[in-house]
Amino acid sequence: MGINIKNKIEKLKKITTELKIETLKMVYNVGRGHLGGSFSCANIVTSLYFEIMNIDPKNPKNENRDRFLLSKGHACPIVYTALAKLGYFDKKNLYNFTRIGNILQGHPSMDITPGIDMTSGSLGIGLSIANGIGIAAKLSGKKFYTYILFGDGEIQEGQIWEAALTSSHYKLDNIIGFIDYNGLQLCGEVNNICNLEPLEDKFKSFNWDVHKINGHNFKQILETVEESKKVLDKPHMIICNTIKGKGVSFMENNIAWHAKAPNKEETYKAILELETEFF
Amino acid sequence: MKIYPIKSKIPMRDALGETLVEIGKINNKIVVVDSDCASVTRALQFKNHYINRYFNVGVAEQSMMGAAIGLSSCGYIPFTSNLATFTVLRCFEYIRTFIAYSNLKVIIIGSYSGLSAGPNGPTHFTIEDISLMRSIPNMKVVSPSDSNSLKKLIYDAVESCGPTYFRISRNETETIYDNISNIKLGKNIKLKEGKDITIIATGTMTEVALEASNILQKENCIKADLIDVHTIKPLEIETILNSVSKTKKVITVEEHSVIGGLGSAVAEILTEYYPTKLIRIGINDTFTESGDYKDLLDKYGLTSRNIIVQAKKLLDIN
Repeated sequence: MGINIKNKIEKLKKITTELKIETLKMVYNVGRGHLGGSFSCANIVTSLYFEIMNIDPKNPKNENRDRFLLSKGHACPIVYTALAKLGYFDKKNLYNFTRIGNILQGHPSMDITPGIDMTSGSLGIGLSIANGIGIAAKLSGKKFYTYILFGDGEIQEGQIWEAALTSSHYKLDNIIGFIDYNGLQLCGEVNNICNLEPLEDKFKSFNWDVHKINGHNFKQILETVEESKKVLDKPHMIICNTIKGKGVSFMENNIAWHAKAPNKEETYKAILELETEFF
Repeated sequence: MKIYPIKSKIPMRDALGETLVEIGKINNKIVVVDSDCASVTRALQFKNHYINRYFNVGVAEQSMMGAAIGLSSCGYIPFTSNLATFTVLRCFEYIRTFIAYSNLKVIIIGSYSGLSAGPNGPTHFTIEDISLMRSIPNMKVVSPSDSNSLKKLIYDAVESCGPTYFRISRNETETIYDNISNIKLGKNIKLKEGKDITIIATGTMTEVALEASNILQKENCIKADLIDVHTIKPLEIETILNSVSKTKKVITVEEHSVIGGLGSAVAEILTEYYPTKLIRIGINDTFTESGDYKDLLDKYGLTSRNIIVQAKKLLDIN
C-alpha cells in the first residue's frame, strides 16, 4: 500500500471513530436516533465527506459542487456529525437534534440544514431525484457527481427499480450509488422478508456498472469510486457489505439498535469500545 | 403570446401544448418531464421543438416527479406531464414532502381533469385534486376557464416562486377572454355584474355558469354577479366578499367533488367573514362512471340547467 493511501486511511479511521462517538453522545442526549444504520454506513459517509466529494462548507450552494443524497434518511445522525465537523454549522446544534426550533431535523431537510443537498426520509425516492440532478448536470455541461446512499431494505421499494431503468436509459455515469447492505431491516433479516438476491446481477441486468465491496474497508471504498469514474455511459452501484451497529459489540447485527437510544451506561461502554478499537 | 379568437372552441390541452412551445422558446430553463403521456397531454409539441429539454421516464409517475424535483433543485423549471389522477394521487407524497415542503418551482400539470376522460371511466377521473392540492402549504392551485387565460396563468406561474398545480381539461372550452393583460394568477375575474345572486365558478364550469347567467337574465330578469375563480389557492377573497355582501345568495360550481374543492374554499371564507347560505354544485360524493363527457355532465348536474334550478331555489322563485 502506497504511503499516500495509507495516510488517507489513517485519517479516515480517526474521523470515523470521532463521528461515531459524537453520534452516540448526540443520540443519548436527546433520547432518540437511528444508531445501527448510522454506524453501518459510517465508513462510507466519512470517505465521501472527507476524501471523495468536491464540496466547500463556505459555499454550500455552489452550483458545481458534488451532491450527496442520503436516501436512507434515518441515518442522518452520522451525516450531521460529519457536516458539523466540516463547519457547515455550529457543533452545538448536534445536542438539540430533533428538538423544536433546531436546524437538525429527525430526517434531513434541505431548507433548514446547511450542507444537506436533498430532503429525505421517505424511502425509495432518492434515485429518482438523483436522476433529475444527473440529467440537470449533463444538460448544463457540469461535471459534478451525485452520490446516493441507500439502505438495503429501501431497495425493496418499487420506485428504486423504475428509477434504475431511467438511470441507465439516460446513461447517467455521473451517478454513484452505495447500498448499505447490513442485511437487517425493521422487522428482521432483509432476505427473509423480501429477498434481494442476486442483487449484483439485478443491477447488472439493468445495465449498471456494479461493484461489491466491504463497506468498512476504506481502501476498497476509495479505489472502487475511482474505478467507477472510468466507466462511461453507465450509472454506478457499489454494494457494500456492512454490519449494522459496527464498532460496538452489543449493537452489532442487533435489530434492537435500529432506533433505540442508549442509556448512560451503554453510551459510556460504547464510547470505550470505539476508542479501544481505534487504538 | 398567441391569443385565440373569442368564442373559438379550443381543447385546453392543445392550448397547453402551444403555450409550452412559446414559453420554452423564451426561457431555456424550462424542461418537461413526462411519464409517457406527452401525446395525450400535448407536451409532445414541446418535445418536437426542444428534444434536448424533454425527458420521458416511461410509465413511472413517481419517477417523473422525482426527476422533476432533482431538476428543480438545480435551477431548471420543470413541467410534469401526466393525467391529473396519476399525477396527484400516485405522487401526492412526493409533491407534498419534496416539492411543496422545499417550495421548489415545479409546474405540475394535471391533464384530463374532472370527468373529461369520459369513456375511460372513474380510474381516469379526478374529482379530488383541488381538495388534496389546496391542503398542501406553499402549493398554488389553478383551474383555468379558457385557453387564453390558461396561457397567461402559465406565464405567471413560471414567474412566481414555488410550485403550481394546473388543472387542465382534456376537452374543448369556448374562449371567454380576448384581453388577457388583466388576468393575473391569484386575482378573481368578475365576468358579469348583477345584484340578485353570486355565482362563483372555476375551470370548465365558468363557461357553463356564463350560459346559465345569460339565460337567467334573459328569461327571468335575474342578474347575477359571475366570478371566475381560476386560482383556488391562494384564494382572493375581496371580490367574493364584495359580491356576497351585495347579493347575499351564493352558488359555487365546479367539475369536482362538493367536498373540499372550490365550494368548500368559499364556504370557509364565508363562515369566517360573512356567513351566508351557499349551494355547492359539483359531484355529490360519488364515483360516477364511464360515458360521453356531455352525458356525464348532464347526469351529475354540471349543467347550466341545474345552475338555473338551484338559483331559482335560492331566490325562492318557481
